[in-house]
Amino acid sequence: MNNNFKVLINGIIKENPTFVLLLGMCPTLATTSSAINGMSMGLATMFVLICSNMVISMLKNVIPDMVRIPAYIVVIATFVTIIEMVMNAYVPALADSLGIFIPLIVVNCIVLGRAEAFASKNGVFASIFDGAGMGLGFTLSLTVLGAVRELMGTGKIFSMNIYPEQYGSLLFVLAPGAFIVLGYLIAIFNKLQHK
Amino acid sequence: MEHKLIVSPSPHVHSGDTIQKNMYNVLIALIPAFLVALYVFRLDALIITASSVLFCVGFEFLIVKYILKKTPTLSDGSAIITGVLLAFNVPSNLPVWILALGCLFAIGVVKLSFGGLGNNIFNPAIAGRIFLLISFPAQMTTWPAAFPAAGTTDAVSSATVLGTLKFAPEALPSLQSMLLGTEGGSLGEMSALALMLGLVYLLWKKTITWHIPVSILATVAFFTGILYLFNPLPLYHPLIHLFSGGLMLGAVFMATDYVTSPMTKKGMLIYGAGIGFVTMAIRLWGAYPEGVSFAILLMNALTPLINNYTSPKRFGEVVKNG
Amino acid sequence: MAKLQSTFKNMFLSLSIICLTVAVLLAQVNKMTAKPIADAKAMKLQNAISEVVPAFDNDPVAEAYRMADGQGDSLLVYPARKGDEIVGYALSSYSNNGFSGNIQIMIGFDMNDRIVNYAVLQHAETPGLGSKMTEWFKNPEKPSQSILGRDLSQGTLAVSKDGGEVDAITASTITSRAFLEAVNKAYQAYSESREDGYSGASPKNAAEKSNDEAEEIKKEEQSNE
Repeated sequence: MNNNFKVLINGIIKENPTFVLLLGMCPTLATTSSAINGMSMGLATMFVLICSNMVISMLKNVIPDMVRIPAYIVVIATFVTIIEMVMNAYVPALADSLGIFIPLIVVNCIVLGRAEAFASKNGVFASIFDGAGMGLGFTLSLTVLGAVRELMGTGKIFSMNIYPEQYGSLLFVLAPGAFIVLGYLIAIFNKLQHK
Repeated sequence: MEHKLIVSPSPHVHSGDTIQKNMYNVLIALIPAFLVALYVFRLDALIITASSVLFCVGFEFLIVKYILKKTPTLSDGSAIITGVLLAFNVPSNLPVWILALGCLFAIGVVKLSFGGLGNNIFNPAIAGRIFLLISFPAQMTTWPAAFPAAGTTDAVSSATVLGTLKFAPEALPSLQSMLLGTEGGSLGEMSALALMLGLVYLLWKKTITWHIPVSILATVAFFTGILYLFNPLPLYHPLIHLFSGGLMLGAVFMATDYVTSPMTKKGMLIYGAGIGFVTMAIRLWGAYPEGVSFAILLMNALTPLINNYTSPKRFGEVVKNG
Repeated sequence: MAKLQSTFKNMFLSLSIICLTVAVLLAQVNKMTAKPIADAKAMKLQNAISEVVPAFDNDPVAEAYRMADGQGDSLLVYPARKGDEIVGYALSSYSNNGFSGNIQIMIGFDMNDRIVNYAVLQHAETPGLGSKMTEWFKNPEKPSQSILGRDLSQGTLAVSKDGGEVDAITASTITSRAFLEAVNKAYQAYSESREDGYSGASPKNAAEKSNDEAEEIKKEEQSNE
């Protein structure tokens, strides 16, 4: 259990997918225009990560090496399709605002990367913890990124007013703001880690 | 032995050129444009320019001293120039707190995050202006009319020449008023004539060479000239494009920034032509009426590449085949 | 258990079995979520309609029909009835001249050519600028920018910069123009549909007519995604 816990923390801090591994930049930059969007994107990815890690580590011995990538993609795509349908059915507004980026989780390198680098070599429980750790790390960093952008762009966090909206700088809600804020967050994260 | 042999790296003969000297030459060259702004916008021009310089210098001092923990080097004058140029790129009725955000972005994000003067990829004043334009589009595109009558300063908003050109071409002002600077616009882009005076001074003092400004203006003139030959609409008139908007200001003062422009003559010509072309593409076919600042920013990003491809051949170097 | 070798048989079997299992699983989930998804979509349309016309008790979506907008295209018209009497029309209109392309709105008229309300269904305008149109044109405190209650039989709407009477969104004249274009287009279709006597047609007649129209609406909704 201790080992599993280490795997979990590893995904959140030491190998944080966004701030350290710099994986999955497309949804990271595109969906974090607000804290709630970032968090839901992170949670959706976490669901896919945990499920695909679990299934792939279970199937790792019945999947021949030469077809492992197509097999992984099919498994990952299944879970992405499931979460997409569920979101469309029960949280349509959220599904609308995340739009194309939910289906695009399929090609998120974190998911395939963890399947290839971790789940295909480790046991089921360790893989679940790895998926949860990576997913949490992704969710946390997307939420922070979204919160900073929302705060600086519109003066809100999770739609709660912090300061009047007209003092916000629109740039941070738009694409360039994503790059700038991400750069500073990575810098801060590195600085804290090296302390 | 009376003299020791001193071995030192070149340059051995110093021309007396320093960063400070060049920076203050640029400031002197900006004076005519500032006087025009002062004449047109009265006190507003002074307030905007002074507070912009104050914010830029202040932020540079605070960030270098308390965040980077180094000795501030304010005396090189670069923060002052950034302040003045940023002020010249905004409407005279811009709220001061927005201006302060622009200064913070220009100095803190664009200049010091990259390592300060000499290491910044983008021109801080241009990037600061674009930050403001994207973040506060309403305030940044509401220009007060030139020569405000007492009491109506805030209420009147007037279109710029390029805005008129793009969205309502029948109401164009005369060429003369563009040249002298009596049409609406940002502080420093009022009078093309005053800016050209600055250009002459900079060339005379050899602070800049002719390559960048001339190649920008020539490209714009050439580009619109061809279009005008085929289709003589005011939208394509070369003189209107040369004398309106921020083209002159950008070509003379922003694009020629040492740090962010190419080093070789050939590179400068490519860089200038690129700015001219992108500017016209945005002006004619883009969503914004004005594109000089975006063009300069884009070519800033390409500068390392241009430097790489135009680096001078070493003496005796064999040209590679293929 | 040893790892399976990459022989043709193993690869074929393993991939086939995975795909089959997955297909069954997805079919199940699809079955479970199909109805909620359809409901959520219908709900969205229904909400937009009821937001823009006076209270009604029929099903405007089922009675929807297409009406020419006078510019070579047609718009969907959703008649709202109370009892047998028509109380207003909701029209789904659009403009392709927004700052970032397509804008889709739902707009409602009462029986006196007046705008009841509108809702912006879809747009890609700049946040904080053009996106203000969702509120800007229905601000009751600023009659010079609100279009609610305006009578379009007096002439179409235009922004004040173009000589009209509606104040454009600050720094978003293009968006404002596109928005008003969509409104004017809707009015055109609205007045045509009143002249055509559809208002007098019995509900049954309209319902019959709308069967294939409803199909078309569905198709359109799908292609909108």
